[in-house]
Amino acid sequence: MNISIDIREQELQTIITLAGEIDAYTAPKLRETAFPYTEKQHANVVMDLSGVSYMDSTGLGVFVGLFKSLNANEGTLKLVGLSDRLKRLFDITGLADIMNINTVAEGGVE
Amino acid sequence: MDFRDAMLDNYKEILKTYISDQTEQALYLSEKFSRKLLECKVSPEEMISLHKTSVMELEPDLPESLLLSLDILLEVMMAYGLAYREHQSLRTIQRELINEIEVAASMQQTLLGTKIPSLSFLDIGAISVPAKQMSGDYYHFVSHENGAISVAIADIIGKGIPAALCMSMIKYSMDSMPDDSQAPGDVLERLNRVVEQNVDPTMFITMFSGLYYPENHTFHYSSAGHEPGFFYNGEKGTFEELKAKGLLLGVDKKAKYNEYERKVEVGDAILLMSDGVTECRTEDGFLEVDTLIGYIEKYIELGAQDIADKVYKELEYLQDFQLRDDFTLIILKRMA
Repeated sequence: MNISIDIREQELQTIITLAGEIDAYTAPKLRETAFPYTEKQHANVVMDLSGVSYMDSTGLGVFVGLFKSLNANEGTLKLVGLSDRLKRLFDITGLADIMNINTVAEGGVE
Repeated sequence: MDFRDAMLDNYKEILKTYISDQTEQALYLSEKFSRKLLECKVSPEEMISLHKTSVMELEPDLPESLLLSLDILLEVMMAYGLAYREHQSLRTIQRELINEIEVAASMQQTLLGTKIPSLSFLDIGAISVPAKQMSGDYYHFVSHENGAISVAIADIIGKGIPAALCMSMIKYSMDSMPDDSQAPGDVLERLNRVVEQNVDPTMFITMFSGLYYPENHTFHYSSAGHEPGFFYNGEKGTFEELKAKGLLLGVDKKAKYNEYERKVEVGDAILLMSDGVTECRTEDGFLEVDTLIGYIEKYIELGAQDIADKVYKELEYLQDFQLRDDFTLIILKRMA
């Protein structure tokens, strides 16, 4: 039940790389760490989820919160590197239709 | 003999035993003694004072300097004494809070209680087990005047007390909906507007809303980001996902919810569940859909409530009896 959060701020975007499990125990940590980056005007946040082995609905709630916060500040959120299981979660909840989601970790991230 | 004298005698006995022959017995007695101290809420500094008195009586020839040093030890231990008393009062407060949460949890049960309709044509079973004291899962049945049955199953994302409060809000807005707007898509659109306006922005709800029409035996349903249920075809013995697309409640107030329809024949069943069922974790990974269907299939000939109970027991066993998420399973089986 651990999560590692790595944040790299670049000129045009902030890349947040996550690894581990996102559940009721780790979600508060993710929310606290990532939230400040969504509150800046016009922020572009890319989250790489390739290393995420498990996520439950609480974790999903964090992403919706970040998405809403970025929208309110005219920023963008992009999720990359989703496993099939994670992709399914975003599909079922209808979030895949309103969020920018990619199953491969793109070249731009590395 | 007052309490202090009794304790003093007891302690002196232990000291004497130990000073004369350093046996295990004395250590055992001192352990017992310290339990007694805690039980009677004796503070550390009181204990040192007791020690000093005992030593002075047992060994009158001890150097003055050693006795004086005990005075300093006593002063130093005062802070521990304060911390200990604070700990005691926090424990009392904690006990009170636990009691209040228990009262709140049972109130939630009462407030959110829903009656499973008893019908000749439809056998309904439901089980909902919270992972923590208060559940984030919720289900609700409404029997309408025209004979139609509404069923709703929801998962409040964001657990604990805020989720419980949110659930009460949903229940009351569902109950207060007019009888002519039972269509599942309408229900979700209305609730979405309620949730979008009222709920904390980090809290969301997934919900499946269904409506069973007994006159033509059709099941209408819509989903707001909820885990898809299954449709069991009794004739063919096959299971199929009840696919429905729709956004979580509380994300976008303009969200629309499509309505889907299924004809239900005698022997068919509809299974609705929360993600605590499908995301159930086993020793070697996740529960596979096929495994879940296997369990349901095994018991499908039983009554609806028995199926729900038995499937829960199987999954509980699979998870080593440690639920990580709330678990809710509803079964509707057409009988006639």
